[in-house]
Amino acid sequence: MYLCQLNTNIPSSITHMKKFILDLIVTENARLNTNYVLLKMTASSTLPDMLPGQFAELLVDGSQKTFLRRPISINFVDKERNEVWFLIQIVGDGTKHLAEVIPGNKVNVIFPLGNSFTMPQTPSKKLLLVGGGVGTAPMLYLGEQLARNGCIPTFLLGSRSKNDLLQLNEFALYGDVHTTTEDGSHGEKGYVTQHSILNKVQFDQIYTCGPKLMMMAVARYAKERNIACEVSLENTMACGIGACLCCVENTTEGHLCVCTEGPIFNINKLLWQI
Amino acid sequence: MADLSVNIGELKMKNPVMTASGTFGYGEEFEDFINIERIGGIIVKGTTLHKREGNPYPRMAETPSGMLNAVGLQNKGAKYFAEHIYPRIKSLDTNIIVNVSGSAIDDYVKTAEIINELDNISAIELNISCPNVKEGGMAFGVTTTGACSVVKAVREAYKKTLIVKLSPNVTDISEIARSAEDSGADSVSLINTLLGMAIDAERKRPLLSTITGGLSGPAVKPIALRMVWQVANAVKIPVIGMGGIMDWKDAVEFMLAGASAIQIGTANFIDPTITIQVEEGINDYLERHEIKSVRDIIGALEV
Repeated sequence: MYLCQLNTNIPSSITHMKKFILDLIVTENARLNTNYVLLKMTASSTLPDMLPGQFAELLVDGSQKTFLRRPISINFVDKERNEVWFLIQIVGDGTKHLAEVIPGNKVNVIFPLGNSFTMPQTPSKKLLLVGGGVGTAPMLYLGEQLARNGCIPTFLLGSRSKNDLLQLNEFALYGDVHTTTEDGSHGEKGYVTQHSILNKVQFDQIYTCGPKLMMMAVARYAKERNIACEVSLENTMACGIGACLCCVENTTEGHLCVCTEGPIFNINKLLWQI
Repeated sequence: MADLSVNIGELKMKNPVMTASGTFGYGEEFEDFINIERIGGIIVKGTTLHKREGNPYPRMAETPSGMLNAVGLQNKGAKYFAEHIYPRIKSLDTNIIVNVSGSAIDDYVKTAEIINELDNISAIELNISCPNVKEGGMAFGVTTTGACSVVKAVREAYKKTLIVKLSPNVTDISEIARSAEDSGADSVSLINTLLGMAIDAERKRPLLSTITGGLSGPAVKPIALRMVWQVANAVKIPVIGMGGIMDWKDAVEFMLAGASAIQIGTANFIDPTITIQVEEGINDYLERHEIKSVRDIIGALEV
């Protein structure tokens, strides 16, 4: 079986990527459905380089119940327009306030944070990107970067129903899109791990982000077939820069900070019971 | 520019702004954002004799105007610090202070001995107040006899400035402060976190793996301010104040209550540049009030 070679040189350089604290300016706030908004932001200077899988810590203004910043995945980077996109799921008071910003508002952002998905060293047509719920967010930028590097990514996106499947037109720009919904309103009915594509194609590499149970099921599938698999974790965190040690994941190397040594982990490093 | 320098025992600081242990890593985590040499003193992560993995996840819960943590002193041990971390930070032009924790007196002493050998560590902060470890830690900090025994033992082993960090989870913090002073402490710092708890009603489960954890942030500030005031009136050694300081104004309040220096903790998580902003804000305050030295506002509260 062919396993695509992975570029192991990337992580060491990533850990030295300079972090910035900037007031970004909202250029667009698009409400995608009742629970999701897509925020596009720019900066007065050129935005720093960002890698797929990295995240940002957004300061929430005006919410008395929100004390800490909100860690949000980088959804997309539009270099031409000098924009970074954040897909926000409205969960609590913090994200509710974030979803209310209007063009021209400033949002204080610390970024780019964390490591990134490992890019294949040679272009591959057998890369599977599995996203569930708001976990589809980092898959768009990853897919675009993979396509830019000559890969053809396969997106497998899952949600409860078709209203929760987001950015499908954008995903289609960069690869093949497959969907599952729990109620069968779009794509195949069921969970992502039940999709027929999984039995048709032998993938080289899987990347996944979404609810933990979904990622565990994806990791199990990858392990059974000996496919390299990276997951994006979203442990509750405070600082986002490796100072507080709150967001740790138990790994083969002990407790590691998801914010700095993650959020992307190879499944072989995790102690998940799969 | 006002004179911002302060002394804690023999420790000379360019300004009264310090970082609280466990909220600033080893300083390096913040170098992208600020020149950390502008900080008066950096208190690095709590260090124990042996490596500790800390408590299981989840370790943090956001609360109104604050957060609970139950990290449980995750660190790689005193020897690792001395061999691997110290060489990276020893030439920084600021005071590097090591927070020393343990679960038995012997551990505290041995850790202090290792740190004592490091020339560029100007002081230790003895943590007798961590609420997140099963034995030791806070157990020493909640009785006068406990505080007395550990401070005395470490005092014999450690020759430089000895700061003792006090727990607010006591009936009378002044009494613990006095026993630390009587046992040879050069300074006391307060407050460590307040023991608290958070519950997920839907799941009927605690939000922290340890059920209880330490509360920090602006929610604790009025309590911290009151305790600093009480302790400053009870001891002669300098007091270092902390607890929910979010801006320069909070810092000035602690100094007026009697603190000779202040520590910024949880605020570092929200704004990694906060230490510099507080330092600048204190200077502006002094200039606006035409006060030449920050030392003139220590305990200057008018009642």
